[in-house]
Amino acid sequence: MADESLIHHPAPPFNSDGDRYVEQLLGQEDAADPTTGDVTIQNYTINFGPQHPAAHGVLRLVLELDGEIIDRVDPHVGLLHRGTEKLIEYKTYAQALPYMDRLDYVSPLCMEHSFVLAVEKLLDLEVPLRAQYLRVLFAELTRISNHMLNLGSHIMDVGAMTPNLWLFEIREDCLNFFERVSGARMHSNYFRVGGVHQDAPLKLLADIGDWVDTRLPRLFEDAISLVADNRIFKQRNVDIAIVSREDAIRWGFSGPMIRAAGIPWDLRKSQPYDVYDRMDFEVPVGTRGDCYDRFMVRVEEVRQSARIIKQCLAQMPEGPVITLDRKVAPPKRGEMKQSMEALIHHFKLFTEGYHVPAGEVYVATESPKGEFGIYMVADGSNKPYRCKIRPTAFSHLQAMDFMSRGHMLADTTAILGAIDIVFGECDR
Amino acid sequence: MRAPAPAYAADLNGETIEAATRALGDMLLRSQDRVGEVALYVAREQLVPAMIALRDTPGLEYQQLMEIAGVDYPDREERFECVYCLLSLTRNHRIQVRVNTDEEKPVPSVTGIWPVAGWLEREVYDMYGVLFEGNPDLRRILTDYGFRGYPQRKDFPLTGYVELRYSEEAKRVVYEPVQLAQDFRTFDFMSPWEGAEYILPGDEKAKLPEAKGAPSPVTADQIQKADAAKSPEAKAKQPKTTESPAQTGAGKADPDNKPEEKPKDPDVVPTPGKGQNQ
Repeated sequence: MADESLIHHPAPPFNSDGDRYVEQLLGQEDAADPTTGDVTIQNYTINFGPQHPAAHGVLRLVLELDGEIIDRVDPHVGLLHRGTEKLIEYKTYAQALPYMDRLDYVSPLCMEHSFVLAVEKLLDLEVPLRAQYLRVLFAELTRISNHMLNLGSHIMDVGAMTPNLWLFEIREDCLNFFERVSGARMHSNYFRVGGVHQDAPLKLLADIGDWVDTRLPRLFEDAISLVADNRIFKQRNVDIAIVSREDAIRWGFSGPMIRAAGIPWDLRKSQPYDVYDRMDFEVPVGTRGDCYDRFMVRVEEVRQSARIIKQCLAQMPEGPVITLDRKVAPPKRGEMKQSMEALIHHFKLFTEGYHVPAGEVYVATESPKGEFGIYMVADGSNKPYRCKIRPTAFSHLQAMDFMSRGHMLADTTAILGAIDIVFGECDR
Repeated sequence: MRAPAPAYAADLNGETIEAATRALGDMLLRSQDRVGEVALYVAREQLVPAMIALRDTPGLEYQQLMEIAGVDYPDREERFECVYCLLSLTRNHRIQVRVNTDEEKPVPSVTGIWPVAGWLEREVYDMYGVLFEGNPDLRRILTDYGFRGYPQRKDFPLTGYVELRYSEEAKRVVYEPVQLAQDFRTFDFMSPWEGAEYILPGDEKAKLPEAKGAPSPVTADQIQKADAAKSPEAKAKQPKTTESPAQTGAGKADPDNKPEEKPKDPDVVPTPGKGQNQ
């Protein structure tokens, strides 16, 4: 106890105004009557972050503590606010796409997914089947790489070091695949309105198939076997921050958070987009709604994602990877050298861009962290009139207060780790 | 719908509007079904009972509030639109509930129905200045501590008004008016053949009433006067640089730190001094 002013010793009964003290005690209950030697500690407030290794970014938590028990949590967000929504209003639709990568920089392709689906819905644009398969394939790879980071850092937050290093191996493999298909490890900018930017080489698809069959299960199951039944890990996570079904609904939970609470709700299943309706996978559901369930739901999602990837690779047809509608998708470089129309289309698309018919849509996809939505208002021009981004972390982090109430200070990191927050997306 | 967008039960749109019309009665101003999405325009004062009806009426059952999006339409009389995106887990359906307001009229808070609305309303307040009556904690959320203005309004400039940097002299972060080396470039892609309604500089002269007779030429005296009354020259902006220590306030280089006094590295072979190709 560093600060003496925070500790109030009750006035000893034998001092000069001892009579007054006895008068005060008359008629009081036992609980309100500290005996000699007890120390009454006022609630005190501590600041967690904004620079804290367990805060997963720039989160500032103002914690009100009663001893070591959390009374109230006031998360201060917005330290990474970059005005993405405002910037997008000044960019054409194609120029706005790279901003999506920078939202949740741990799962960039899933952010792009919502955006392109929203624009395609406004345009009522058909997307070639191969492109849909490629988008699902890489969205699921993104889910694996996202969960690798989250599971690993969650494990590390509660005290284990080794699995994190092993899981980062898998994440590194995923990033290498992104680099091979798009040229960039993290900010891929791979999805396009109408498809994807480039076809994936056959060797890459073969390598992903090998990786899903051999390396991924070996590394992943090894790492998870270290923690899933580990006594210390369970002590830190089981029965921490239990969320009931009713609370999960009222607090706008989505993704692994709502599934861990026991509600089988997965947008890939219930509102399938792209080719998810052709995929055979299962939705894991938690039974207790605590941090351990959230962890295990994500573990199972990785296995299901691997199943989806295998199916994508097996079923993927040949064909174009971006729509052939030249008013939306630019022509290939080779075509441009030959055809005047292609050159004109290319010039128009890279200066003016395409005009999107007026309308408002709310399109939400199942990002690794939950429901990631785009509310897009188009006014018929080549720029979005308004692009509201619905982050997953906003509702989950808001529930931090009631989830951590009554738990110990050390549980905050477990709760935060199980929420899976990235501030690029929360603050936008 | 040809686009591969999330396929929720869009065939329920029609019956949803019917059920909402029956359940909401006067509270529903109008409804629309556009681009496959249902939007209900609800009277602002009646928002809370309307939301409760949408949540609890069998056949509607919108259990979850996923998002509150603010939109600014400066042309409208009530310029702001709050869009509440609701989701029904049981019916697998989404709707938008829209409410109009302006800078002063408060919107009733729905935090009593969905606690998640607390932060969502804070964000709309932060970005647009829309007031929410009944929100217990209506503080700014995303912008800086002590921020002024409402950045998502259409009349708020993209660059903002102030920028901040760490000042070596003051040893703290200081705020300064925004100074950009280059103007923000906006391009107007409206085609003049397709009814662009913008005014080019000089267009206002075309509106002036025509004087009688031919316009008389300007006299030499008038030209001299016009030349004398030059418009004040724009003050040359001094670009911000942090190249010299005087500008950053980082202090002077140590006078003892001379190059010839540095210890000689025995591995480095001195060049004959005629350039690297000698």
